[in-house]
Parts: sequence; C-alpha cells; structure tokens
Amino acid sequence: MSPNDLSSYLFIGAVLFSLGLFTVLTRRNAISVLMGVELILNSANINYVAFSHFGSGNADGQIYAIFVIMLAAAEAAVGLAIVLAIFQLFHTIDVEAAETLKE
Amino acid sequence: MNVSTAVFYLIALITVVSAGMVAFSRNIIYSAFSLLGTFMGVAGLYVFLGADFVAAVQVLIYVGGILVLILFAVMLTHRITDVQITNRAAGRIPALIIVGVLGYLLIDAIQATPWVKAKEVVYTATAGRIGDLFLYTYLLPFELASLVLLAALIGAVVLSRKEIKE
Repeated sequence: MSPNDLSSYLFIGAVLFSLGLFTVLTRRNAISVLMGVELILNSANINYVAFSHFGSGNADGQIYAIFVIMLAAAEAAVGLAIVLAIFQLFHTIDVEAAETLKE
Repeated sequence: MNVSTAVFYLIALITVVSAGMVAFSRNIIYSAFSLLGTFMGVAGLYVFLGADFVAAVQVLIYVGGILVLILFAVMLTHRITDVQITNRAAGRIPALIIVGVLGYLLIDAIQATPWVKAKEVVYTATAGRIGDLFLYTYLLPFELASLVLLAALIGAVVLSRKEIKE
C-alpha cells in the first residue's frame, strides 16, 4: 500500500463496495439503502479515476466519474422524493412495509 | 515513510472507517454524518490521483448537495429519538457471508492481476482538458446529462408535492 500504487486505490474501492453492498442488503430503511448506493457509486468512481491516472494518463476516466456524480445527484433527488412520498402514504419508510404502489 | 504517504494512510483510514460507520451504526443520524467522512476521504483520494477538478466536484455535489438532501430526508421522515426503528437491520449473517466472499474475491483478483502501468505518471491541471473533452468528444452525453438533470428536477417536484384531493 502506497500512494503511488494502483492496487491500493483498488483495494479501498473494493472495501467501500463491500460495505455499501452490506448496507443495501441489510438495512430496512429506505434512506439507509440510498446511502449504501452512494457508497457503491463512490467506490466505482475511485476505480475510474485510479485507472485513468495510472493507466492511459488522459482524462476520459475523470469524465466518466463526473457523469457518475451527476447521475448520483439525480438519483438522490428522485429517490429521496419517492421516499418522502412513501412516507406520506404509509407513515413509515421501512422498505418491507411499502410493497404496494397504491394505498 | 514521508509525509505524503502518512497523509494517504490517514485519508484511506478516514474513508474506510466512515464507510464502516455507515454500514454498521445503529443510529441513522450517525450513519448520515459518517457519510461526510467518506465523501471527504474520497475527495482526498482524488487529489492524490491528480484529479483536482473531480475532487472539487465531489466536495461541491456530494458534500454540499447529496449529503444535505439525505440529512433533510432523515429529519423529515423520522422520529429521531427512536433508535430501534430508525435504522433497523435484518439478515445480517447471510449478508455478511455474501459480502465477505465477494470482498475476498475482489481483493484476491486485485492482488493476482498484473496491472499494466503507464511509463510515467503525470500531474497536470485537469480542468482545461476536461472542458475540451466535454465540448468535443463527449458533447452528446453532456447535453443528454442536462436533459436528465431537468427530468430529475421536474420528477422530484412532482413526486414530493402534496396532492390536494378535491
């Protein structure tokens, strides 16, 4: 592990991905599930930027990282709006309680 | 061990420990605030990778936007004091097994693969190059991104408004 080593960044990305997947799998709370998704997206971004830096040296990987950040922002906005709508309808955001689309 | 290596270890530690707090904390407020440490740590890693613009975007959008949005959603939907309800976790043992096996495979693959490295790793300012790429090579995805953001904006407003029944 050192700052000049590609595999150390990939290692951090793998750990972040595992923790995010664990969060998504175990949490019953919709907002916590969204937090896990954010962790997974961040781990993917680390990999993009690391490969771009150590591999080709051009900025293509960073472009993809920016697109991922942009989509994460859109996903968070729409996802949390859905969570708020579910909360207004069911008065809970437990993902197992909200299993129908209508009241 | 010089200073930059020590700083790298510190940032990596902050990132991983905060992500662990997000995954294992019993209180959703702690989870949400731990996300701050993860996002800032990832921004620090981007700086180490010579991606100054992406690091700035990470701080602006993740910390300034998404994290605040998540905190708002937490505050708007919860009885905050009730720890047991707010952050329940179910099926931890099977999930731990799945994630453990997957993480082991990932790390094993990372260590087993002979990664090809560029001859020389360069550190230059990236904002200009990214701007060029956005306006030449990636012009169509760039314009599509603005459409996606507009759709997300309208969708969020439509979804979260209160419906008034006549």
